[in-house]
Amino acid sequence: MSKFFTSSIGQKFFMSITGLFLMVFLKVHLILNSLLLFGDGELFNQAANFMSSNPIMKVVEPILALGFIVHIFYASFITLKNQMARPQKYKVANKTKASWASKNMYILGGLILIFLVIHLANFFWKVKFGTVAAISYDGGQTELHDVYGLVAGLFKGWWWYDALYIAGAIFLFLHLTHGFWSAFQTIGWDNDKWIGRLKVIAYIYAVIIAGGFAFIPLFFLIKYVV
Amino acid sequence: MKIKLNIWKQANAKAKGKFEKYELDGVDAEMSFIEMLDYLNEKLIKEGKEPVAFEHDCHEAICGCCSLYINGHPHGPGSETATCQVHMRSFKDGATITVEPWRAKSFPVLKDLMVDRNAFDKIMTAGGFVSIDAGQAPDANANLVGKIDADKAFEAAACIGCGACVAACKNSSATLFVAAKVSQLALLPQGKVEAKRRALNMVAKMDELGFGSCTNTGACEAECPKGIGIDFIAKLNREYLCASFSEAE
Ligand code: SF4
Ligand code: FES
Repeated sequence: MSKFFTSSIGQKFFMSITGLFLMVFLKVHLILNSLLLFGDGELFNQAANFMSSNPIMKVVEPILALGFIVHIFYASFITLKNQMARPQKYKVANKTKASWASKNMYILGGLILIFLVIHLANFFWKVKFGTVAAISYDGGQTELHDVYGLVAGLFKGWWWYDALYIAGAIFLFLHLTHGFWSAFQTIGWDNDKWIGRLKVIAYIYAVIIAGGFAFIPLFFLIKYVV
Repeated sequence: MKIKLNIWKQANAKAKGKFEKYELDGVDAEMSFIEMLDYLNEKLIKEGKEPVAFEHDCHEAICGCCSLYINGHPHGPGSETATCQVHMRSFKDGATITVEPWRAKSFPVLKDLMVDRNAFDKIMTAGGFVSIDAGQAPDANANLVGKIDADKAFEAAACIGCGACVAACKNSSATLFVAAKVSQLALLPQGKVEAKRRALNMVAKMDELGFGSCTNTGACEAECPKGIGIDFIAKLNREYLCASFSEAE
């Protein structure tokens, strides 16, 4: 068992389970975000404030961070090791058919990481360390962070943020088209029948997640600007 | 037909090596790729030049030694074909063909297009066998094997150990090869007994020898001359994970 952590399949196993965990998180994140599309923001603000003040989140947040860290750590380690396995490259670049995303997962992951840092600075940081305006829906009895105002302000005021968030969704889409089925393959939950099915499910999942996230900036643009 | 060749020449394992250009006239479209190289070598010998070293033996895609990386494809153009099954009719008259050896840290070049694939033998020695007292051939019905398992095991057993999977993989991973060998034996009653130990030891050996790890690109399956599918890699992962999580060894 001790060898498991250093073996190629063991390392990939950790990539997979953290990947699967992050994919569940994305789903939850998108469901909460979809509240942005309804009403004038009260619903979303209630949900966002519930999430940020909930004691359960104090436990979930570090686990989520750990999920990202383990995923990124193993990705870097495995990529580096894999690069060393072919010290002399081919003169004619490999022409074998394989999906572009599958061959560029680390680059896509890096782009998503850059996006993530900007995204955290845009929202998470401001909510966490309180530079968000307050809003009250019950005549001043309870004050909530106006996260809706923060999101709407960003997306209607700065078009390059809209472009950036759509680009982030595209990188995520590509990463997920390979990552989703690949995670199942690595944990051994795959065979000649399921491989095709999982690839289809991967595309559906990637379209829903990336399409959903890309729709939000578009929604604000259409709602306020156009 | 007339072709231009761009072939990797390297005097020995330590030498630096470089590409050498050859022009070859009078190539018959019906020649196999190997015959074309023989034809080139005859010409070179007549001219008093060094022939090109390359490996070949069976000429019927069962020995796995004709390992050439041709124009960006292990085993050249066409699917499910070994280099010895590639014919010159797959190339255009006047074409430039670049021929390289397998490139992987674990497959060092010995000379020109020949690489040392001993690493595969070492992986096999680590567990690719069944330790039984062979004795007399058993009765045909003594060990019952279901049709589905028998077919799958046979499919996996088709692996000829050529190393094209390693050559095609961007990570130089030998996972498809190991997956085929582990699956073939794990599916059969004789091999099941040692399945856990085999999976653990063969994977450990593969890692130790410096092959990369599988990132599921599927390039191996696309180039494998025997059509070994990556579903066997999922099986290997299953075997390995189960073995790691249970009290083997
Ligand atoms: S799995 Fe296919 S490509 Fe790899 S060694 Fe076996 S026959 Fe060759
Ligand atoms: S020469 Fe034996 S497989 Fe090609």
